[in-house]
Parts: sequence; C-alpha cells; structure tokens
Amino acid sequence: MYLKDYSGRKYVIIGMFILMGILFLLRLFYLQIIDNSYKLSADNIVLRNIREYPPRGCVYDRSNNLLIYNEAAYDIMVIPRQVKKLDTLAFCRLLGIDTSVFIAQLKKAKRYSYYKPSVFLKQVSKQDMGKIEEKLFMYDGFYSQTRTLRHYTHPIAGHLFGNIGEVGQSDMEHDPFYKAGDYIGKSGIERYYEKFLRGKSGLTVVEVDVHNRVKGSYMEGKFDTLAVPGKDLVLTIDLNLQEYGEQLMQNKKGSVVAIDPKTGEILALISSPAYDPNLLVGRERTKNYNLLLNDSILPLMNRATMGTYPPGSTFKMVNALVALQENAITQNTYFSCQGKRTSPIKCTHDHVSPLKLDMAIQQSCNSYFWNTFNAILNNHKFRDVHKGYESWYRDVVSFGFGHGFKTDIPYEVGGNIPSKDYYDKAYNGRWNAMTVRSLSIGQGEILVTPIQLANLGVIIANKGSFYPPHFLKKLEGSDSLMTVFNKLYRTSVASLHFDIVQESMLEVFDGDHGTARYYRLDSIRQCGKTGTVQNPHGDDHSLFIAFAPMENPQIALAVVVENAGYGSTWAAPIASLMIEKFLKGGTKRLELEKKIMEVNLLDPNRSEKRKAQ
Amino acid sequence: MRNREYIFGNIDWLTVTLYLLLVLMGWLSIFTASAGEDIAGIFDFSERYGKQFIWIILAIILAIMILIVEAKFFSAFSFWIYGFLIVILIGVLFFGSMVAGSKSWFKIANFAIQPAEFAKFATALALARYLSTLNIDISQLKTKLYTLGILFFPAALILLQNDTGSALVYFAFALVLFREGFSGMIIVIGIVMGVLFVLTLLLGEYWVIAGLSAIGLLTFLLKKKWRKQFKLLLGIVIMASTFVFSVHYSFENVLEPHQKKRINVLLGIEQDLQGAGYNVNQSKIAIGSGGLTGKGFRNGMLTRNHFVPEQSTDFIFCTVGEEWGFFGTSVVVLTFLALLIRLVHMAERQRSRFSRIYGYGVASVLFFHIAINIGMTIGLAPVVGIPLPFFSYGGSSLWAFTILLFIFIKQDANRLNVL
Ligand SMILES: [Zn+2]
Repeated sequence: MYLKDYSGRKYVIIGMFILMGILFLLRLFYLQIIDNSYKLSADNIVLRNIREYPPRGCVYDRSNNLLIYNEAAYDIMVIPRQVKKLDTLAFCRLLGIDTSVFIAQLKKAKRYSYYKPSVFLKQVSKQDMGKIEEKLFMYDGFYSQTRTLRHYTHPIAGHLFGNIGEVGQSDMEHDPFYKAGDYIGKSGIERYYEKFLRGKSGLTVVEVDVHNRVKGSYMEGKFDTLAVPGKDLVLTIDLNLQEYGEQLMQNKKGSVVAIDPKTGEILALISSPAYDPNLLVGRERTKNYNLLLNDSILPLMNRATMGTYPPGSTFKMVNALVALQENAITQNTYFSCQGKRTSPIKCTHDHVSPLKLDMAIQQSCNSYFWNTFNAILNNHKFRDVHKGYESWYRDVVSFGFGHGFKTDIPYEVGGNIPSKDYYDKAYNGRWNAMTVRSLSIGQGEILVTPIQLANLGVIIANKGSFYPPHFLKKLEGSDSLMTVFNKLYRTSVASLHFDIVQESMLEVFDGDHGTARYYRLDSIRQCGKTGTVQNPHGDDHSLFIAFAPMENPQIALAVVVENAGYGSTWAAPIASLMIEKFLKGGTKRLELEKKIMEVNLLDPNRSEKRKAQ
Repeated sequence: MRNREYIFGNIDWLTVTLYLLLVLMGWLSIFTASAGEDIAGIFDFSERYGKQFIWIILAIILAIMILIVEAKFFSAFSFWIYGFLIVILIGVLFFGSMVAGSKSWFKIANFAIQPAEFAKFATALALARYLSTLNIDISQLKTKLYTLGILFFPAALILLQNDTGSALVYFAFALVLFREGFSGMIIVIGIVMGVLFVLTLLLGEYWVIAGLSAIGLLTFLLKKKWRKQFKLLLGIVIMASTFVFSVHYSFENVLEPHQKKRINVLLGIEQDLQGAGYNVNQSKIAIGSGGLTGKGFRNGMLTRNHFVPEQSTDFIFCTVGEEWGFFGTSVVVLTFLALLIRLVHMAERQRSRFSRIYGYGVASVLFFHIAINIGMTIGLAPVVGIPLPFFSYGGSSLWAFTILLFIFIKQDANRLNVL
C-alpha cells in the first residue's frame, strides 16, 4: 500500500499537457496567421529542387596534355503526374524513339513515382537537344536536365582510365552522397579518385507554377548552393609513350609497363588487346560493355596488373642478387654446365663451361642458377633447407613480389611467391631444394604481374630501392596522398651487388653474344634481360625487362607478349623502341617499327601454320 | 454479474467519440494526400487511402473484440503478453526486413507489420501489473531496478532495430512513475539534462562547464545553506560536467550523421534544405500557406503535389494545416488535448491501481507521440520518425494505438466491478 497519496501530481501532468497545447496553438497561430514568409502566392506555386551536377574533374598527362574532359549532354526527365494527353507520335518523332520505348519508359517512371521526376531518355547529345528543346515545353510533365559525359581525347589507356556509369543500389546505400541517376567511377582511375573527381552537386530551389513552368528563384536564392566542380588530376602517364606502346602492341596479347625509376611514376601502362574508352560512354555503354565482356580475347582484362606469368629467366637476376647477399656465391663462383645433358635442369643455351655469374646472366644458363639456388637453400648459415628457403622467401618478397603495391593501381593482383607453409602442406613437410628446383629458373609456382616485372627493372636500375609504382602526379589541392607514394622501399640486397647484374644486362644489348644484340643503339646504353616462359596452353610467352640509359636510368620497363615464342623475337625490340621513343622522341629504325606494328600474333591459324611447316 | 447487453453499457462514450473523430480526420487527410485526380472509389486498394480504410474497419473490429473480452484477462496475462512481444522484437532483429534503414518490420506476403508499435501497450500492461503488486515498496532499490528493466528491454531492442524514434517513446513512462510516487527529481533531472544537452551543442562543452562551475561557485558563496554541503555541491558540478563531456563525445562518435544533422538543423546550427531541414521547411510552408481558414478539402496544392516528403505518415499534420487552416489545426490540437485530459480524469477514477497505472501509461505514450510529431512538423521538435496517433497512415500504428486505448476503455468500463 502507498503510505502517501500522490494524486495531487495529476495537476502537474495535466499542466504539462495544457502547456503543450498552448505552445502548439501559439506556434500555429504564428505560422498560419502572423508570419507571411511561409505563405506562397495564390497561384499555388510549388518549390522544386533542381540539382546542378558538377563537372567531373579533368585528367591530364604528365606534360599537361588533356586526356579526359566533359561534354554536355541532356537527360529528358518526366514527372508522370503532370503528363497530359499528348500527341505520342509527334513526341516520339521529336525524340527519335519508338512508341514502344515511350510506353515502356513512362510505365517505368510511374512505377517509381507519380510525383518525383524520373529519367525518361538518357544522355541526349547537344546536337539532338537543339531541336528538342524548342518544342519540349509543349509537353507537360517533361523537361530537360543538363548532365555531362566523359570524353577521351585519345582512344587509349582504357584499362587505366576506367569508366563511369550510373550508381547502383549498393553505392547509394554505402554513401548517401549519391542519388539515383548519379554517375560514379566504376573502374580504373575514375574509380580510385572518385571522391576527388566527382565534385559536389549544387541545389537550386525554384518556384514552379502548376503548369510546371519555372517562375524564378525561391527567396532570392537564399537556399541555393553552388555546384563545386571536381578536382583535376595530373597523371604520371606520358601520352606519347602510351599511345606509341599501344600501337606497337596492337594485334598482340600482352602488356607493357614503363616506370620512371627515380620516382616510381608509371609512364605507360599498356594492356593489349586494348579498347577505345569512348566506347564505354553514353547510351551505347551497356551494349559495348557486353560486347567487350563477351569477347574471347578478354579485352577488358588489364593484363598489366592482373595478368600473372611465371617470370622465367628474368627471375635469374633475383636469384643471383639474393645469392650474393646471403653469401651463397660470389661474383667469381664458377659452375659447370653440360648443356642438354645437365641434370636436374637441362640448359638449352650454347656457351662455355664452367662459367662465372656475369656470363651466366648473359647466357641465361639454367644449370648455373640451379646451382646458385641450391647454394642459397643449403646455405651453411642455416643448416636447414627450410630455414634457407624462408630466408630466400623474405629476400624475394622485398623486391615487391607476392603482394600488391597498394597504391592507386586499379585491380592489381599480388602474384604468387610460394611460402614454406605451402610446400610443407603440399609435400607433408618432406621437401628440399630438388623438390622446388623450378623456382631457380623462374618457373613453377612463381607468378608475377608485368607491373612487378617493370618494378624489378626499377630496382636494378636504382641498385636496390624503389618507390611504389603509381599514377598520380598532381591532385588539385591535395598533397597528402603523394606522401604515400613517396615512401622509399629498400630490398634486402645491398647496392654493391647490383653492379655485376647491371653490367651483365648491358651485355645483353651490347655484347657479341647478347640475346638482344640486334637492337643495340649507339646513342643509348640499354640494359635488358630476356625471358621465355613455357606456356602449357600454347606457344611460349615472350618476356623482356629493361632500363636505360645505364649511367642515369630514366625509364625501366617490362614487356610481355603472350604466345610469341622467344623473348628476344618480339618483347626485346618493343622494349628498345619504347626506350628510344621516351628518351629521343622517336626512332630511325622505321623498318623494325613497321614490322612490329604490322605483325599479327592474334591470327588463330598462325600457330597451326607454324607447326605444319 | 453483468449481463451481456451491458457490455457496452458502462463505457466512456466521450473517449470513444474523440477516438472516432481523430481516426476520421486522419483518414480524410490521407485521402487528400494520396488520392490522384480521378478517384476509383474508397476501395481502391492500390492507393493508401483505400488501404487505410480497410485498416480502420479492422481497427474498429479489434476495438469491439477487446470490449467483449473479460477485463481481467489483460491484467492476468500482462506478463505473458509482454514476454511474447519481447520474443517478437528479438525475432525481428534476425528475420525482419529493412525498410528505410530500420530493421523493424515483419513481412508476410505483401503485408508488413512493425512489432515496435505493439510493444508499447505490452510494456504499459507489464508496468501496470508490476507496480500494482500487493505490498510493493517503490522506495526499494530492487523495485526501481525491476521497473527500469521492464522499460529498458523493449527500448533497447527497438534501438537495435535502428528505430531511434520508437525507442525514445519509452521515456514517456517517466510520467507514469512520477504519478505513482517516484521522486519528482526524475523529471527535474530529465529537464536539466535536456537543457545541458542543447547548450552543449550550441555553445560547446567548455563554455557550459565554465558556466556550471561559475553557478556552483556563486551558490557556494551566496547560499549559506549550501556551504555546509560543499562535497555534495562539488559532486553535482562534476557529474554535470561529466554529462556535458559525454554529450559532446556521444554526439560526435555515437550518433549517425543523419541524426546529428537533424539535431543541428533543429538548433539552427546547420541549414540543410536537401535532407532533414528540407522536410521541416516544406512542412512549415505547407502549414503556413493554410492561413486562417485553409484552402478547403482537396484544394491543398502543396500536399496534393507531394510537396512534403512522407506526408501521409510522419508529416500528416501538414495536410490539416494547409487545407483547414488555423481552424483545422486548432480543432486537432484541442481534440488531442481533450483526449489526454479525459484519460487522466478516467485514470484517477479507477479503484484498481492496475487500471490507474495503465491509464497513465496510455496518456503518457499518446502525449509523447503527439508532442514530438506535431512539434516536428511545426519546427518545435527534432525530426524523429514517429507517427501521429490515429492519424498517420499505417496499419501497425493504427491498430497498436487502438489496442492501447481500448484496453483502458474496457478497464474503465469495468471499474465498478473491482472491489
Ligand atoms: Zn648452361
């Protein structure tokens, strides 16, 4: 039982109720009778929010040549509620559409909302809009909205630019910034720098009468906000080099990646077959996208960052460097080679025996590097092959292999350097150097991407260090991103060990027996290394890594040509031409240039024919 | 024992009339807000007014059913009903569907039910049942904890569904506790906390703490009575300062961006014509344009052009404002006020404590909904998505409020049978 009677408190409670009532009535009296600012004229003018779409940031190459810009386009909008009876045929003729499209689009809009605007016809070009605009006002419920479309000055670098498209449901849920019908970077640079490129949309509040005619700005624009244009982007790409590389690579499968060794700036990133980025713009986007998607040679795949290949002979230099660092061999260590009769790995190259490290790199001697690898794993330092392997693994990973660079590279994959655990699992812990011997010549489970191979060129050019490869040169008003890319990485191999590798790579071009001797240039001291990678599905892949000039490296690159046979046949001349283009602006080797541009390695009958000969 | 004919004999017809009046006004507003130019009839179930019509009919059947059931049923099964709703609230967290960012709906075929709406009457029942236990001593800590527990569980589960508005409703029960003899400090502390909250956001935490310290110092210097209580005074200042810091912290780190925005818009710190502020601004324009007498039924151009978002649910009051003007809004406000006062009056005439406490529960929940909902449409309260009782479009909310109210009408009708 209550000791005390609290019924008096009901007056406090009733008092609160009455207080609320009085507050509401006073406020309503003020809003509805005294304050005029909330009243609208007798014409029943309504407000409409008009979104003003900001122009997306433009993109430039490293010399400020325009690469991507915006072109005006128009969306025809509809508010189904306001659509009056109209001459459907004339309207369809005006827009250049079928009546079936008209019916379908109107139905779709109605399903979304009778009262809110829907896009009726997307991305009408400026030219078409000229005619339409004159007559559009006659059709109640329809109006146009200005949008912009991406346009590319050159039909190049589709993979790295990426493209934009309409936001999906999940984008909108993820980030309230987006409204239905907005564009968003779907891939490549457009996606990575979306937050900077997109800008901020503006809002104009206008008074509209019942006939949907704009009467003017609401409260003198007090609530309007201006659209903020997207930030411009300067890429590290060299337009001329990129374009030239794509020409060299046409009708071939593969990729070329060129990097400035001093900064990690990517000068060119070519994935072939390429596609014109203008294909993925505007009303044809979906159709073209599906065509590219279903093409059997996979033009949408960015081979430079997603294609993984065994590095083949190019990897011998890594094994040489690791062996020198771990004191498994010295520059004067000799190993013998019996050519095709050598075990466990035969050597297909013709050369003197026994031989030293410099000759072994130049001649790409398989038995020399098997012995080297064996010496690393059975290093007396560790007295345990598995410990030796772990040490080798750490050294190799420090070269940027086995993981992505995590910069602004779109869709990079990490490749694969098999871990000790992997072999423990695969062989129940019973394995030795012999079991994993393929690794000595860059075959087996090792997989690397072309961009990692180009980075290997950078590392050798810099004698052991590298900045992570990236695309951003300058972003309007934001320097903080750059610091991420300006971090210098060092491999675990000391600088002094790189000299012999550099000299051996110079001999690949300049030596009498060098595999790239036909592409030597008097004016540039080029360093390179061929690789030929066995491909179980067809002809061997042709690989080449290079940098130049030797005394002051300004470009390092990797070239991969799939199913092209020996590395020296196609990959080496492409690398050499790219170097010459970048350092000298062009080449005098016109015949070579022509031959490479014209050869078609995609011809499906080619390998058949060759076998038949 | 009472005869069957007497079932409707003793019920409070004034309350029933106010209920029917509000439901009717609500339906007319929904009709205006959702009907197009050509009306296919009130049974057009593709439109909201048609669906609401069905829901009103079902609500009335539900009300009659409650009046037929034995009055004792509800007190006897209070805890069972409460427990059942708690289970449902947990279930919705796992099996519910997302609607507008809240996971608070059960979808069965085309039909969606929002359990949070029904949890209110269940909580009111459980609270009434618990506090009417014989020999209960509300000064005991155990009683206080149990009471808070009864309120806390449903509120927490609803908060987990991301339905902040419906969870806040449970604060309304503070009025019930106040009436039943819990310290009036509950309400005073509540108000002080509210004031500190607003001041912290407006002025920043350091200014508020400086002000608090100054007030504490002045009290210490000027009031002799407090000088002896130095420790208590210091404790109060420190606790208030801690609260201010936690407000600042939770505002920055706990609230979602859209919730922050709504509060900032209300306090005038931020102007946002695209989001929350847009709704309120449009709503004020619609109400303001009604003037003294309004534009007449189905003549409100703003409401008919869907000028205010969510106007048949949370912003339904705009329609009244535009079409019926100040006359209309006054009638609605006064009808609600009359209902609330009538409910308090009825609660006080109960012989059983269960009925009285439940009656206060009904009044408090309705009061909270009315205060927040109308308050937000006229810019006096933050934009919290809770419906206007009996008015807003939606079956769950209409049924839940009908059940809430008619259980009490039944208890009241039966009051003379209680010994
Ligand atoms: Zn050999």
